[in-house]
Amino acid sequence: MAQIVVALFAGTIFGAGLTVSQMINPAKVLAFLDVAAAPGGGWDPSLAFVMAAALVTAIAGYRLVLRRAHPILAPTFNLPTRRDIDWRLLVGATVFGFGWGLVGYCPGPALAALTLGSGKTIVFIAAMLIGMAIYHVLFDRRNTGMSAGDRSDKG
Amino acid sequence: MHDFTPISASIGGFMIGAAAVTLMAFNGRIAGIAGIIGGVFGSAGRDRGWRMAFVLGLIAGPYVTMLAGKSMPEVDIAASFPTVVAGGLLVGFGTRLCNGCTSGHGVCGLARFSPRSAAATIVFMVTAAVVVSVVRLGAG
Repeated sequence: MAQIVVALFAGTIFGAGLTVSQMINPAKVLAFLDVAAAPGGGWDPSLAFVMAAALVTAIAGYRLVLRRAHPILAPTFNLPTRRDIDWRLLVGATVFGFGWGLVGYCPGPALAALTLGSGKTIVFIAAMLIGMAIYHVLFDRRNTGMSAGDRSDKG
Repeated sequence: MHDFTPISASIGGFMIGAAAVTLMAFNGRIAGIAGIIGGVFGSAGRDRGWRMAFVLGLIAGPYVTMLAGKSMPEVDIAASFPTVVAGGLLVGFGTRLCNGCTSGHGVCGLARFSPRSAAATIVFMVTAAVVVSVVRLGAG
């Protein structure tokens, strides 16, 4: 129960951070991804500041937190252990980048914007869940002995 | 087109990082959104509670900022409905295949100096930038 409360709290701060930084607005994200517009002065580097600030905070925070023997509410840290760069990683990242560039949504911002009034957001999330389900049917079912969370749980 | 907003971007980024650290400190979990939602499809049934709570919080986030006095955030999607469907399918499938999205690889993974996350982040950012440029040129 306590873990659920922490997850709710962390999710709320995460969603508020995406809102404050305007990353829930696809037009703002695309204005960053349009690096090629930089020579004409049309580039918005804001997203780089979002990622840099999040990264610096996470590096410092993880250093402190991971010194502990275990998390405050759980028996172990659930950390990905793989270090190999395989075709799934590269193809998956390419496929993801393609979709991200087409619309300007990645999973977090899309979910945070779910109830903000755009029908396209709802359609995007529905399609995204179908995409995840297709992956699960094609690649994940054979490994039902291991949960998606146990294998390599990232985001 | 869009104003450069380094201060609100940095504050928002700090909040995202702080949320990731909180989830790790208390629950021992990576705050990767695609992984958190994707886990719902796995056999991790006992895990569903915290995953759904995190997603509920994510959805509540914009309202919390409004309570704090901010205006309703702007959400501007230029892509057509068919493009939105295609983009959603690609993002859903791709993030599961590479085990991470902007938050899981781009923030949490890089913060742990994971070579997999570094490779994934470079690939999805470069791909997205190329796609955006091509779409813009195509649109004239």
